[in-house]
Amino acid sequence: MNLSGAKAVLKSLEHEHVDTIFGIPGGVIIPIYDELYQQDAITHYLMRHEQAAAHAADGYARATGKVGVCMATSGPGATNLVTGIATAYMDSVPIVAITGQVTTDLIGNDAFQEADITGITQPVTKHNYLIRDASEIPQVIKEAFHIASTGRPGPVLVDIPKDVQTAITRFDYPKKVYLPGYQPTYEGHLGQIKRAAKAILEAHRPVIYVGGGAKISGASEEVRALAEAILAPVTMTLMGMGVLPAEHPLSLGMLGMHGTRYANYAVTESDLIIAIGARFDDRVTGKIASFAPNAKIIHIDIDPAEIGKNVRVDIPIVGDVKRVLQKLMPMLKQTRTGEWMEKVERWKREYPLEFEETGLKPQFVVREISKLCPDAVVCTEVGQHQMWAAQYFSHRHPRNFISSGGLGTMGYGFPASIGAKIGRPDETVFDLAGDGSFTMNCQELATAVAYDVQVKVAIFNNGYLGMVRQWQELFYDRRYSATKLSEINFVKLADAFGAHGIRVDSPNEVAPAIKEALAVPKPVIIDFRVEPEECVWPMVPAGAALNEILDAKSRKV
Amino acid sequence: MRHTLSVLVQNKPGVLARTASLFSRRGYNIESLTVGVTENENVSRMTIVVTGDDTVVEQVTKQLNKLIEVIKVSDLTKESYVDRELVLIKVTADGSNRAEIIQLVDVFRARIVDVATKSLIVEVTGDEGKNAALVAMLKQFGIKEIARTGMLALGRGPKVIQSDKD
Repeated sequence: MNLSGAKAVLKSLEHEHVDTIFGIPGGVIIPIYDELYQQDAITHYLMRHEQAAAHAADGYARATGKVGVCMATSGPGATNLVTGIATAYMDSVPIVAITGQVTTDLIGNDAFQEADITGITQPVTKHNYLIRDASEIPQVIKEAFHIASTGRPGPVLVDIPKDVQTAITRFDYPKKVYLPGYQPTYEGHLGQIKRAAKAILEAHRPVIYVGGGAKISGASEEVRALAEAILAPVTMTLMGMGVLPAEHPLSLGMLGMHGTRYANYAVTESDLIIAIGARFDDRVTGKIASFAPNAKIIHIDIDPAEIGKNVRVDIPIVGDVKRVLQKLMPMLKQTRTGEWMEKVERWKREYPLEFEETGLKPQFVVREISKLCPDAVVCTEVGQHQMWAAQYFSHRHPRNFISSGGLGTMGYGFPASIGAKIGRPDETVFDLAGDGSFTMNCQELATAVAYDVQVKVAIFNNGYLGMVRQWQELFYDRRYSATKLSEINFVKLADAFGAHGIRVDSPNEVAPAIKEALAVPKPVIIDFRVEPEECVWPMVPAGAALNEILDAKSRKV
Repeated sequence: MRHTLSVLVQNKPGVLARTASLFSRRGYNIESLTVGVTENENVSRMTIVVTGDDTVVEQVTKQLNKLIEVIKVSDLTKESYVDRELVLIKVTADGSNRAEIIQLVDVFRARIVDVATKSLIVEVTGDEGKNAALVAMLKQFGIKEIARTGMLALGRGPKVIQSDKD
């Protein structure tokens, strides 16, 4: 079958079961958009900024487990995707970004809207391609989806010059990929798994430390089974929230910089850390030398490069965490007395997450949202509200907490929530946002309204870039350099875009506002005017050990 | 410690850039890097000399392996291997010392590949020690320019590092 390169791109996407694309057209990608116009299999969502297109594809991917697809033109279109691609890369999210490129004869000539996007994205993609001949299109798209979605997932970019889109080529969709240098290891090494089992049976104070890898692998059930079988507490990273439900008695919530005291104490006193799909990020470990000083470490991860990167590992197991845990389980039995869990329980009772309930507190707002829509998909932006969302929302489901963990991209949550809602249209989707973060991509209100994507945005409006302000308060003698934000009327903003806006000033308005937001069949913004100088507690300062914890009492007034 | 890595990669455009940028972005130092096609035209071999302790080299190896186009990474330093570099050295030479230089070059089994009234170009192939010794000896005459190929290496004996399939 002979067809144009552009048509070959769409046919290939169809073969990959793509039904949703987020993008913005431009000069050199018109041929592909022209083909999009003439078909029905794929719905294209026109975004208002390419960064948002990448985030929407990312949110879609995280919410559904499928590969998200975004599209942009060359030059500025492509470079605008970069933050979104880097965000996906850091959090191992499978997306495929398709960009137009100037015609092959112009490449390298600094042509209009030319950017070396494969060069630019090389360090933030799992792999990327510049297609120079239309005949390569099916093979490359096949490989791109394969690479994005297998092993440790990640973004793949495919750059397609305009003349390649218009050239006529034979179309034959390949059945297989041939990538001799890419063969992810899924099955853990049995000998290593046996060693891990032995270490677990011998341990007195084990802690299970769960990261985003457990979500990606779909290992929630296995993690729960492991924890219950060996009676070990489970702490989760920001990326791992929801793998074990927050209300599960063995859950310690999040660990690390803004983790619970009890999680950090448990890790510090542990004699065996079982790391599952986590990567010992500096926000998690605190000072490396003091991280779990008395513990052996078992590290299960599909990416061998993560093992031994940040901490010494005693028992490395490279493999898909679900499969590894399935092999491990039959080798285990409950051998411990309840002593360790009693100690952990004591910490839990002694040092609960808490805040002073005066005025309109952001933590209170999160708790109310959690109460009223416990099964909502929660996206976040980045900063204080993100930490409160992690701490105070009672996470139940692994794919329901969507947040930029590794890159920490402000402006991520809102477009990601649009992608998530499109991927899971029947569910309530919230974006928990700061007033600073939200304005970084608030133009996407237009997209949400245009396609009637009824996401609900809760803005924790404190008039500051709050997390930076908190650091300035604690470590820079309250010199609030460039963190005070000017006033925005978010109700009018919502109105201007055709969305619905609600303003909330006091605690008793919170629940009615959330109910109103859920009832109004539109995208909704709730502007919660929260306590401006609230801090996120507890806090382990950057570079300190996990048990050197600050809380509200350590605040200078 | 210095490690010599032999890296088989798919012979495709951009592979060299991808590999080199990985080193700079992860903060690893390359001492030398050479690349050329192998007996299989779809496969190139890179020989990369890096310095670092074992953990650094382990990370380098793992990060290289993550590149889709990298087929195999072997640390030759773990076994017996041959390494060679070709160096061209332009030395100041006139009638008064030309003979002395030629004699020295002979001792090192190097060659003179260009002669002019005021200079000579010496070509030497050898491991690092030999080449460094010759360069040191030639310094007294005045070295005008040096060009190096970078280190090439293969493991000794019948064992080969090949791509599993081609």
